[in-house]
This record gives sequence, C-alpha cells and structure tokens, in this order.
Amino acid sequence: MSEMKKIKNLKEFSTSADRFEGANLLCPGCAHSIIVREVLNATNDDLVLAASTGCLEVCTAVYPYTSWDASWIHIGFENSSTAVAGAEAMYKALKIKGRLKQPDRNPKFVAFGGDGASYDIGFQWISGCMERNHDMMYIVLDNEVYANTGGQRSSSTPIGSSATTTPSGSVSYGETKNKKDMMSIMAAHNIPYAAQVAPNKWKDMVKKIQKGFATEGAVFINAVSPCTTEWKFDPKDTMHLTDLATDSLVFPLYEVIDGHELNITYRPKEKDIVPVEEYLAAQGRFKHLFKDQYKYLIKEWQERVDANWVYLNRREEARV
Amino acid sequence: MANTGWDEFEIGAMLRTFEGEISDIATTLQEDRKYTQNSSFSASVADWRIEKPVFNKDYCIDCQFCWIYCPDISIISRDKKMIGIDMDHCKGCGICVEVCPTNPKSLLMFPEVADEEREIENWPAKEKKEK
Repeated sequence: MSEMKKIKNLKEFSTSADRFEGANLLCPGCAHSIIVREVLNATNDDLVLAASTGCLEVCTAVYPYTSWDASWIHIGFENSSTAVAGAEAMYKALKIKGRLKQPDRNPKFVAFGGDGASYDIGFQWISGCMERNHDMMYIVLDNEVYANTGGQRSSSTPIGSSATTTPSGSVSYGETKNKKDMMSIMAAHNIPYAAQVAPNKWKDMVKKIQKGFATEGAVFINAVSPCTTEWKFDPKDTMHLTDLATDSLVFPLYEVIDGHELNITYRPKEKDIVPVEEYLAAQGRFKHLFKDQYKYLIKEWQERVDANWVYLNRREEARV
Repeated sequence: MANTGWDEFEIGAMLRTFEGEISDIATTLQEDRKYTQNSSFSASVADWRIEKPVFNKDYCIDCQFCWIYCPDISIISRDKKMIGIDMDHCKGCGICVEVCPTNPKSLLMFPEVADEEREIENWPAKEKKEK
C-alpha cells in the first residue's frame, strides 16, 4: 500500500476512484473541490483528513450528509492542523506499542484550511505543527478572502482588492495591506517540504503532493483557489482565472526543500507571460483599479510581481 | 434522520458513508460502493442548474481535461474513456465546456429544458481558424 501511485498522464489519472463526493454545497465552479480531488486522487493510501471551518468544511459536511469517503474530522476554525497532528502522534504511539489493528497500512495525514483559517486564525497552531515536524501535510486553499462568511478581508487579501470590510469607493481603493508571504514564513520553520501549487497545473500539483506524502515530516502546501463569488467572475472561467494567476506570475509555482533549497517548478515562456493587468481585469474585485484615480496601482502591482519573480529566480540560482 | 435538529444529535457523532465493512475505497469505483444515506452521493443538486452540459461523443478525444477540472465529480470516466455526465451532481458551472479542446467542442451548454438528442443532431460545425 505504501507504494506510490503511478500517474504518468491524465488518462491514467482518470482511472482513479474519487474519494470526494458530489452534491456537496460548494458554489458551481468552485476551485476548492478541484484541488481536493487532485490531492485525494494522488494516492491510494488510507487518509486521515480534517478541515478547518471555512467553505470546504461547511459545504461538505451538512448534516446528515458528508462528502468524504475517508476518515474526516469536523473541527474548529483554528485547529484542523493540531487535530491531524494529534491523530498522527497517536498513530505513531500505537505503532510503537504494537497495538495497531492493521499495521501494514500506511495512512497519510492531511489537514485542509482556507486562507482565513491558515493565515490568520489557525496561524499559531500550524506554526506549532510545523515546528514539531509532525508527519502530516497542511494544505491551504488560498482564495484570498473569508469567502464563507461574506467576503471579509484576510491577511491573504492582496492590495487593491475590494472586500466587504475593505470596500472600494471614492476615498479608498480597497485593501491597503500587502498579502502575507506565508510560504516564506512556513519555509522558515525549516520543514522538509513546502510548495505552492495551482489546480490548472495538475501534473505539477500531483508531483508535489506525492513528494509531500513521501516526505517524512511536516509538509506545507499553498494552493491558489479562485473564488467565483468573491473574486467576481463567471463560474465557467475558474480554470481561465487560474491560468492567468500562474501565467502572470502573480502566483508563481515553486517548492522549498528543507527551508532553503528553492526550485521554480513552472516557468512560463517569455512570450506566454501575461501582464498583471489582464489578471486584474478578469476579476470584479479589482474593477475600481481601472478608474483614472487608481490606475497607478496597476503599475505598482506589476512592479511588485516582477520584483518577486526576480527574487525567486535569484533564490533558485543561489541555492541558499 | 433527515429531520434531526442541530442540537439533537450526540456530540462526537459519526457518519458512516458505506454499509458494512469496506477495505479499499481508493480502488473501488463508485458503482461498486455501497453508499448509505449519509453520503452526499445519495443526494442531488440537479435543481441548482439553469444550463446543462450536453456531451457529444463523436468529437471526444478522451483527453480527460473535463474529468480533472470538474469540481463536482460529474464527469464519468471509466477505462480512460469519458462515458457520460452524472446529472444528479452536476451544478452546471460550465468549466468542462471551457476546457474542452476539440473543434467543435464535444461538450456544450444548453438550457436545462433542451432536448439532448435534438441538440446533438444540430451540433455546430467545425470552426475555421482565423488567420
């Protein structure tokens, strides 16, 4: 069972039997379940899962239904990470004592959380799990807003985004703070593996998830999850938006091994890189940036994204 | 069971999604699983749809883009072939149509009331590439 599932191409991948069910109550076109499916289908091993309060939790566990075909625990806003870490610690203890009923099965421990639950509310708990280096994976479904409660800003919300607690108008361009660099913070725990993924690059994603499962120790994954409701775009355009996010380098795909070795895993060709303006224009939450008075912000956006790309490239080159 | 209030069920309650013992879910296809009423698989969100996707297998190249990008596990693929759409769980978001790479597309959105057979008969012709 502990052998890694072989996934060479999409046709082979499509023979997977899903362990996440339909008729969950996520919005049509929600990227959350695309990410969850790609993660769960990446392995045939048993899974121990938890989800922090957020869209994913409330929409997949509406009593009396559950959409999960694996052990899944319904837990608080902040502590999906520690719930899974606790299960992992118990598993280890029982294994040492020889009290496991099926010792040859090799369950994987995975916690999901939204960006609100991870960047803000559960931050300290995740930090603890990473520091103690539990053999688990924490996955952030990063939609850059508290989408479940009506679109309040979180510390993942980027500059210029209009959220319900940072609305845009005549005196404000919306969110004024920059997005928290969660990847760097988590990598600074010197965990064995941290990676940023996007659902449109499924092969890259599956590779990273499998690498994470094979890694002994804490793994942190940050996944971009376009939100049709709060980013304000048509449900059918979810994958288009994800493409824009990765190809404009707003959401670069890379991994950090042992806290220092950075590898960029997706490098769009020079001619394929789309201007950040295009990414912003596709979303209703940035609509006001195209008014004359706020247009300077688009230029600043582009500069920020370029600077970050240069930084990542230099980190990769330097191998430090 | 469906009428149990939120304050009426026990703390630490567990929902079982399968009848009896099941060992390898990851290798058991959906049609071979014994779902209980607690699995959302037994529920339906078909009434969310305004538009439905219609599948025309004549143009399908089995690339499986629709399978991987479907958020609602509604594209049924067996033995590396796309065989149909699960209309109980499809919410009609239209992602499958957007990601379909064939020309003409082998999946298209039509109003929920449209007659599938007639739409397949009148399927749009191949679009010429603009030069």
